[in-house]
Amino acid sequence: MDILDMTALQLAAAIKQGDTTAVEAAQQMLARIEAQDKTYNCYVTVDAEGALAQAKAVQKRIEAGELTGPLAGVPVALKDNLCTEGLRTTCSSRILHNFVPTYTAEAVKNLQKAGAVILGKTNMDEFAMGSTTETSAYGVTRNPHNTEHVPGGSSGGSAAAVAAKECFYAIGSDTGGSIRQPASYCGVVGMKPTYGTVSRYGLIAYGSSLDQIGPLTKDVADCAAVLEVLTSHDEKDSTSIARKDTNFTEALTDDIKGLRIGIPNDYLGEGLDGEVREAILCAADVLREKGAVVERFDLSLVEYAIPAYYTIAAAEASSNLERFDGVKYGYRTKDYAGLHNMYKKSRSEGFGEEVKRRIMLGSFVLSSGYYDAYYLKALKVKALIKKAFDDAFSKYDVILGPAAPTTAPKLGESLADPIQMYLGDIYTIAVNLAGLPGICLPCGKDSRGLPIGLQLIGDCFQEKKLIRAAYSYQQGRKAEEMTCVSNVENGQGGEPA
Amino acid sequence: MANIISDETIEYVGILAKLELSDAEKEQAKADMGRMLDYIDKLGELDTDGVEPMSHVFSAENVFREDVVTNGDDRERLLSNAPQEKDGMFVVPPTF
Repeated sequence: MDILDMTALQLAAAIKQGDTTAVEAAQQMLARIEAQDKTYNCYVTVDAEGALAQAKAVQKRIEAGELTGPLAGVPVALKDNLCTEGLRTTCSSRILHNFVPTYTAEAVKNLQKAGAVILGKTNMDEFAMGSTTETSAYGVTRNPHNTEHVPGGSSGGSAAAVAAKECFYAIGSDTGGSIRQPASYCGVVGMKPTYGTVSRYGLIAYGSSLDQIGPLTKDVADCAAVLEVLTSHDEKDSTSIARKDTNFTEALTDDIKGLRIGIPNDYLGEGLDGEVREAILCAADVLREKGAVVERFDLSLVEYAIPAYYTIAAAEASSNLERFDGVKYGYRTKDYAGLHNMYKKSRSEGFGEEVKRRIMLGSFVLSSGYYDAYYLKALKVKALIKKAFDDAFSKYDVILGPAAPTTAPKLGESLADPIQMYLGDIYTIAVNLAGLPGICLPCGKDSRGLPIGLQLIGDCFQEKKLIRAAYSYQQGRKAEEMTCVSNVENGQGGEPA
Repeated sequence: MANIISDETIEYVGILAKLELSDAEKEQAKADMGRMLDYIDKLGELDTDGVEPMSHVFSAENVFREDVVTNGDDRERLLSNAPQEKDGMFVVPPTF
């Protein structure tokens, strides 16, 4: 088997057995990046020298028996909003074009402890604000399934790097769907864990109450293994939770008998592409045939999630991005008259259009006279949305639906109309507002050959149920089922075929 | 109800957001923000009387730790990221 075709777990096992080495894996991966990343532009920064040095050190420790974990020696790509000591971290923004962090994000440290080899930093929407990776200051990333299409966003570089086999797995961040939606568009597995599961220390903040780091992988087993490594309780993140039941790989069992799965009618309605809908319902059939109890239900409040989210996320962004002022790091304008003019010009020249749009909206909804009407109102709606999910999870173990209303749009089609672009987040965004875990995995392709993603949502701390359901689906999915005609089309769903 | 963003409001937002906008950017910002607020006004359809605003999904309490220094002196490396530095300090334009 070609090394590059291996999953992360397969590669680590091969290294452990002595069939290959961490150095060989890193070299082959770097050669592939060199050969094809001009086409896809998954990476903002490739650290070839650093990766080879890490690989040599890790290989020694594996041979010495010091590193025995299931991911030891495997090369990884990191979204460029995760701070890496000594390695440039840009957030795909001009304002951080030369920023070299003096410390490493806690989640990345956890990977390093497990023997990860960092290949480089992946492209993203600027400050994670966008759904296509087109707002990056370092060029667009192209979807490996069709280079005329976007990879999704904001973790588009990470998802595309996995799909293009330019890494064995990647790390992303998800504020409103930024791991799950690009996973859907690129045909890979992506997971956003329960809020507080992975430390945000060293993740450059966008919407702090919504941001969560998670894996993008080739399959569900890799996803569980990477999540297990990422998870830790961290004193340096006051929202970090000390979780007990974090041996997620234990949940990789093909058994979902009796699992209660609910499909929100609201997730199958207007705006959903017909081929995506069909693929999602077929996936539900696969799970039903494996013994899950699948029903349709009304989740409610779905159309309020996007306005609530953009109010809250913009408010938090306007506060979080105050720190970029041309004093401590990053870009400073050339000509200025006095301190405030320097701040304003540095920020105006350093930030892109979408970032400025959200900072202004956020400043407005937090301003005196509008705070109650907009920001506080959104926080109340967030409470109602959380309640709607609580009610749903009193009846179901897992909620099933699409990750995005369509497959990947063409490059250049999305940015002209921001609100239209925001509407594309409708199935992912409420998950962040309610702090829930969600996983996206491939469930077929449309007639143009673009991947379709299945999203599974769990109650807080129920990642294991999601992993079990996702793994069972992955095992049950066969090529012929991809062309099946769903039988849950009407009402509460029919009998298994 | 359509939100009309006035020139004064955009000026004010520019001050709060510390952004300097060209005239063309101001017009664009007025249109964008008006449309976005029209959209956000949808939240007004929901009766939220008596609902507690939820800023954090899990009951947020103060998280304390012992006040012990764990990081070392990193001044040189921190300053190396500064656009301008002198004698171990960040250099900024005159503030008066």
